Amino acid sequence: MKAAVLRFPGSNCDQDAHLALRELGVDVDYVWHKDTSLGGADLIVVPGGFSYGDYLRCGAIARFSPIMPALKDAAKNGAHVLGICNGFQILCEAHLLPGALIRNRDLHFICEHVRVRVENYETPWTNAAVTGTVLRIPIAHGEGSYTADAATLKELNRNRQVLVRYVDARGAVTADANPNGSLENIAGICNAARNVFGLMPHPERACDPRLGSVDGRIIFQSVLARLGVKAAA
Amino acid sequence: MKAKVIVMPKQSILDPQGVAVRDAVQHHGLPAVKSVRVGKMIEMELDGAFSEEQLHEVCRDLLSNPVIEDYQLVVE
Repeated sequence: MKAAVLRFPGSNCDQDAHLALRELGVDVDYVWHKDTSLGGADLIVVPGGFSYGDYLRCGAIARFSPIMPALKDAAKNGAHVLGICNGFQILCEAHLLPGALIRNRDLHFICEHVRVRVENYETPWTNAAVTGTVLRIPIAHGEGSYTADAATLKELNRNRQVLVRYVDARGAVTADANPNGSLENIAGICNAARNVFGLMPHPERACDPRLGSVDGRIIFQSVLARLGVKAAA
Repeated sequence: MKAKVIVMPKQSILDPQGVAVRDAVQHHGLPAVKSVRVGKMIEMELDGAFSEEQLHEVCRDLLSNPVIEDYQLVVE
């Protein structure tokens, strides 16, 4: 099993993702956005940051990077693709995930720990949890308000593609627990095939007890289990 | 030749920036302004062969995101 972390000009969570995977015993490489091959990676992380300075729209320019055709092919062929924060925005812009991420409801850049509830454990990304598990993971974004048209939203719910929602301390979906105005408190979704997952919270920043939470490991442990890898303790 | 592309958030999409600007405009002494929406304008200078369809393609694929925005293309 090989993992790859993409790097765009302006990515700034690439090292965090790389470290999180390495600490779990994964063989992981960086792939520069101008490359055209992913080297056969089974797991590809599109990391957070501000690719291309967020010019035009977040992720809009990264979508046309030379590496993107390879990423689309890999996703089509069943490789597992995880988009975190700006990575989620890029996956939406690239149409690998439906919907879009717009300015936070209150216009602020929000950087804090939030709680998200696992809505469906029967996926490659959440199988180490049970449905209803609440994870404490940080967010750090200015454009994280998830939006989609009514038909898309219905489809996401019907197929159980919403994998995490923002919740309060009791695990309830409330307006107050919604940090950015996301539709139905959506924090992360997967595609219909379940091999592409995007979320605004940063699981890679919640993998070391020194950072205040290790709940993010659940996401990585899930996908590693799915890929037949025993994660290092 | 010049092409201007006006990109606006769709009516159905919440525009928090527009709301903040509206509030500021009202505080500035113009309560008659009931709603503001903030978009952007992109100006392109053209030299050489192109078709309007190519311009529309770039508007749809790159300059706007049809999930959240509408665009208007003006070629002068």
